[in-house]
Amino acid sequence: MTATVRAGTIETNGSRRSATDSSKERRRSARARREGLAALLFLLPDSLGLLIFVFIPMVIAIVLGFFRLDGFGNISFVGFGNYIRMAQDPQFLQSAGITALYLVILVPAIFVVGLLLALLVQQRIPFIGVIRSALFAPYVISLVVVGLMWQFMLADKVGVVNQFLSAFGVHGISWLGDPHYTLGTVVVISIWFQMGYYMIIFLSGLQDIPAELYESARIDGAGAWQRFWNITWPMLRPTSLFVFVTATIAVITGGFDLIYILTGGGPAGTTSLLIFYIYQQAFLYGEYGYAAAIGSVLVLVLLIWSAFMFRITKGGRIDDE
Amino acid sequence: MTSDIATRTTTGSTLHDGARPAAPRRKPGREKKWTKKSTTLFVVGVVIAIVTIFPLAYMVLSSFKTEADIYGTSLLPPHWTFENYVYVFTQVPFARYMFNSFFVSAFVTVVALLFHSMAAYALARLRFKGRETVFLIMFSTLLVSLPVVLIPEFEVVRLLGMLDSYWGLIVPSLFSAFGIFLLRQFYISLPDELEEAALIDGAGYWRIYWNVILPLFRPVLAALAVFFFLANWNSFVWPLTITSNPDLRVVQVGISTFHQQYASSESYIVAASTVAAIPTLLLFFFFQRQITESIKTSGFK
Repeated sequence: MTATVRAGTIETNGSRRSATDSSKERRRSARARREGLAALLFLLPDSLGLLIFVFIPMVIAIVLGFFRLDGFGNISFVGFGNYIRMAQDPQFLQSAGITALYLVILVPAIFVVGLLLALLVQQRIPFIGVIRSALFAPYVISLVVVGLMWQFMLADKVGVVNQFLSAFGVHGISWLGDPHYTLGTVVVISIWFQMGYYMIIFLSGLQDIPAELYESARIDGAGAWQRFWNITWPMLRPTSLFVFVTATIAVITGGFDLIYILTGGGPAGTTSLLIFYIYQQAFLYGEYGYAAAIGSVLVLVLLIWSAFMFRITKGGRIDDE
Repeated sequence: MTSDIATRTTTGSTLHDGARPAAPRRKPGREKKWTKKSTTLFVVGVVIAIVTIFPLAYMVLSSFKTEADIYGTSLLPPHWTFENYVYVFTQVPFARYMFNSFFVSAFVTVVALLFHSMAAYALARLRFKGRETVFLIMFSTLLVSLPVVLIPEFEVVRLLGMLDSYWGLIVPSLFSAFGIFLLRQFYISLPDELEEAALIDGAGYWRIYWNVILPLFRPVLAALAVFFFLANWNSFVWPLTITSNPDLRVVQVGISTFHQQYASSESYIVAASTVAAIPTLLLFFFFQRQITESIKTSGFK
């Protein structure tokens, strides 16, 4: 699951601490032990699980990044060797470049498409519920099926997309085989798949904007465009930031299934996103240490990115009002 | 929600009735009207919706086409056939794959929901030392995405002897801070008095959690349950990595290996894809509200 969490609507001190009169204080200390024990028991399954299956693997990944494993069980300490290797590995650099490009194209595209669809389905239109459902439907399909489905539709010459295009005089584009088109194809499919999710997020943000604002703007004679720039856009800032952060994380860490099925990283590595390259290195070439090092870099980048966004959004809360 | 906005809009405009020449008045209640503007937007919406839904419809319809017709130009199958489905269910253990997916997804959904809601309860309602620290550490694990820790997680599962087993499919999938985070946000919103009263009545913390807190959040839990089920039904990388026994293949892995073996028989692959997609589409059809709610709340509560 993607980390769909608005960077830090964390309330550090719940409202519970507000009431501190002395009698309550005494009663509290009497049951503090019991409460602490209860908390321990309630937290036990999840903390244990997160520790074993997320935290420890995380630490192992970082440690593993300093070793070289050759697939025959031989381990040797290489220090920053894997990191130095990264800087000299043309395939890694290509992969990083592609990931950056993919990010730079896909995130704004998702943002714009999601917002436009939300603005559309927010309108009072007959049968809008049905339209909204149709736009959201792709999101529930697994990426494996999405990949197979598009592969079927994009088949060279015989696929429905090329047959349709040939009616307009465009012939025989190899959407998944020609290095010029592959990344673009993956981007379009990703938009198609994710747009419903971001549409819902934006829609929810739009619905939180008080209708009175629009009404008074209308009375003041503001056109649709002015209303958008002066009301919708500024009021949507928290939502926009949320979408921006989550989409970035989702784009970097997701997409593996799709690439695995659709292109296998090819042709000529043009769709080999970092997340796919890591998998290749580990499970195809047995380069666990190297793969772990790349993974560590990725997590570090995400961590810095999230901390940065957390900072500038002041913990996810923007107090415009 | 739309009607709410509609009524507010109407009252807003009546206030300024005298000041402006009457703008087209909207009646409260059903506001689906065929004005020029709404008709234009309707057409735009329908076109986009059809383009969006086309791949799905095309896949489903193609699954009823014969091998010879599969790349034909007609949208509807010229010769309807169930042969692809018969093949998928008789020659390939697709029923087994479906069962595996269902079993794993249902198990994970129920247990994860219980564990996450327990942890969230402790983090939101109980006072103990280091509560914020525990929460922040759990929260930070949200940044760790599966493919990045795939190798070490694989090693951990191997050490625990859960490789190539249902345990390996289920147990690691149970733990994600996402549910904890979300539920905590809800639980924190409740007033203290609720528990104070229960505590005075002598109820233990489990009773409060089970009989007071959980029933209040049934809709949230339902939304999250649907979301979890969907995510687990669609998961691919993890089952692919830790299972090799064909009997343990979940639908997504089954269909991917099927695809590798039968790359040329497109009609079978289309039918198999449809089979894998139908449960999610049905889930979407019946629980659309819960799914969209869970998405909204994940971002906004």
